[in-house]
Amino acid sequence: MLWKTADFAGWGRALTARCDVARPERRRALEAILADGLVPAMGMRRSYGDAALNSGGRAIEMTRLDRLIGFDPVTGELEAEAGVQIGHLAAIFAPRGWLPPVMPGTGFATIGGCIAQDVHGKNHHHAGSFCQHVTSIRLRTAAGEVEVTPEGTPELFRATAGGLGQTGVILSAKLRLMPAKGDVMIVTERRIEGWDEHVAMLDASQASYTVGWIDATATGSALGRGILEEGETGSGLVPGRAKFRKVPFDAPRFALSAPVVRAFNQLYWRRVPENGRTVVKPIGDFFFPLDKIHDWNRLYGKGGFHQFQCVVPLAAVGELRGMLEAIAGSGLASPLAVLKRMGQGRAGHLSFPMEGYTLAVDFANREEARALVARLIGRTKDAGGRVYFAKDSLARAEDIAEMYPELNDWRAAAAEADPQGALVTDIVRRLNLRGAA
Amino acid sequence: MNRTWIVLGATSAMARAFARQVATEGAALLLAGRDSDDLAALAADCTLRGARLAEAVPFDARDPSGFAAIVERALAEEGEINAAVFVGSMPAQAEIDADPSLIDGTVTDSFTGPARFLQMLASVIEERGQGTVVGVGSVAGDRGRLGNYVYGAAKAGFHTYLSGLRNRLTRAGGHVVTVKPGFVDTAMTWGLPGMFLVAAPEKVAADILKAVRKRRNVIYTPVFWALIMLIIRHIPEPIFKKMKI
Repeated sequence: MLWKTADFAGWGRALTARCDVARPERRRALEAILADGLVPAMGMRRSYGDAALNSGGRAIEMTRLDRLIGFDPVTGELEAEAGVQIGHLAAIFAPRGWLPPVMPGTGFATIGGCIAQDVHGKNHHHAGSFCQHVTSIRLRTAAGEVEVTPEGTPELFRATAGGLGQTGVILSAKLRLMPAKGDVMIVTERRIEGWDEHVAMLDASQASYTVGWIDATATGSALGRGILEEGETGSGLVPGRAKFRKVPFDAPRFALSAPVVRAFNQLYWRRVPENGRTVVKPIGDFFFPLDKIHDWNRLYGKGGFHQFQCVVPLAAVGELRGMLEAIAGSGLASPLAVLKRMGQGRAGHLSFPMEGYTLAVDFANREEARALVARLIGRTKDAGGRVYFAKDSLARAEDIAEMYPELNDWRAAAAEADPQGALVTDIVRRLNLRGAA
Repeated sequence: MNRTWIVLGATSAMARAFARQVATEGAALLLAGRDSDDLAALAADCTLRGARLAEAVPFDARDPSGFAAIVERALAEEGEINAAVFVGSMPAQAEIDADPSLIDGTVTDSFTGPARFLQMLASVIEERGQGTVVGVGSVAGDRGRLGNYVYGAAKAGFHTYLSGLRNRLTRAGGHVVTVKPGFVDTAMTWGLPGMFLVAAPEKVAADILKAVRKRRNVIYTPVFWALIMLIIRHIPEPIFKKMKI
């Protein structure tokens, strides 16, 4: 059957939508579908909220259009179809000395998805965002197939990078890979005792890849404690990745209740020796730690969860501390919380990054948590920061214009590429991104 | 070791997963099928994943005049020549009931076409004293059911053919693996009602390669289908004929 009618969810599983989804396996099949008009494309649905949902409408799952097209071993330029997963690229090219220049926290994300969200990785402070390494995108717009490049079609490129798929169906892209010393990571982990130290260590870090795990349940003098991870690529031999595990069913609510999370975080923090340690890991273990547990989103139970991720300017670090205090005091946070310093790099009108600090925290989907996240979104806006469309499921339309000052430029470009609004998805409707028209 | 795999019906999801896995092992690939654009895309993909060589070759199960060229091309490669057969077609039984002439095409695609090709390859395997044939059949070939008995009959014929071919090639150092997949997550099953325990094509491909390495004769993939089909095969006919499964 061409169209499968089913309930689909974002990764957070808090938002779901009934839609008709086609999954073409050949370019010809995709063309046949698009001959009747544009349909929004989606990848592995790893966005947490509703970026890959189209309630009551149609969508095309691009995951089977996932072939490598060409690779230049001199420049490292790779061309691939939109459905290729980042983790597969890393596995194929790392042994040959190349890595995707930017990798998000899950290797299951597709190239098309990485472009549509202009994702960032643990090296954002050096390497910038994903689309800054994209040299060309083949895009199927309402007017037909076009090649989009940063130099040749800068306006369409800026609207497509981080553009939530609103300018057309991303068919394939050229991406400049980054030289890597080999397919292992040398990782130094340090215990961080509190907020000020955490921020200072992130500021001072010289490593290629830096990220801070944060214990979002610690309060008082321990507020902001965590583990700083710094990584470099290297060559060597490590045991292969442990076998994948799968969460077979939705966990009960108490699985991530406050006392369980506090105890887990305590143990997780103490796992790293007081004086720190350096370990060697397979590449996937460092970049995609949670991919080892398939369907880990089920740990949050049937109701799903929300991830709040914001970035605030460097000067607003004090405000971010206040937000973490509110989170820690609420007793609602889960073990998954990350603090990172970002650079300026961004490629699109709606790209998330700005120079500053980004905080990401998961919350089980409960009334109190939704209210807390709503307050955090307001504080983010007041601090001159913004929330991330790849994660957001709770922001409101009125929050967005201030956070994304280039919204009107983007609207114009999206309206030109898709005048009918055929590509509008749930997140676009919820946040009124395409405008009142 | 120099290995060449001829993949018949290479544009299917299962064949694509299989081709990629042997590509990473450095094999040479002759990707055979009808959609030459799609085959060219797959050939480029396999080359980038590590295939020693990957070429698209035209193959239509209903046109045996093109078979010899593929065998000729394979003979240019040294070492072990293997073939994996993923071709087959399954029109809805209702369509066949309305137009019985569809039976010929179904049987040609799923059985006699590939069998004619394998007859030509068999002598090559005998001469070289090595080589494996993977024949993808179906659990539908284990018992005729209301929903797809023409397709099932074609696959049953193919299973029996593969069994005989195994008997022949074993004597010469070759081998034949019969693969009976259950429901696989492909364009054919996408959105069909009543699908359960649907396996990823990558999982099926990995099972096939494991069977090739271990020189297994007949495998079900995923393996629990062996149990399901054991039960279905043993339902007495007076009961089975009234069942709708």
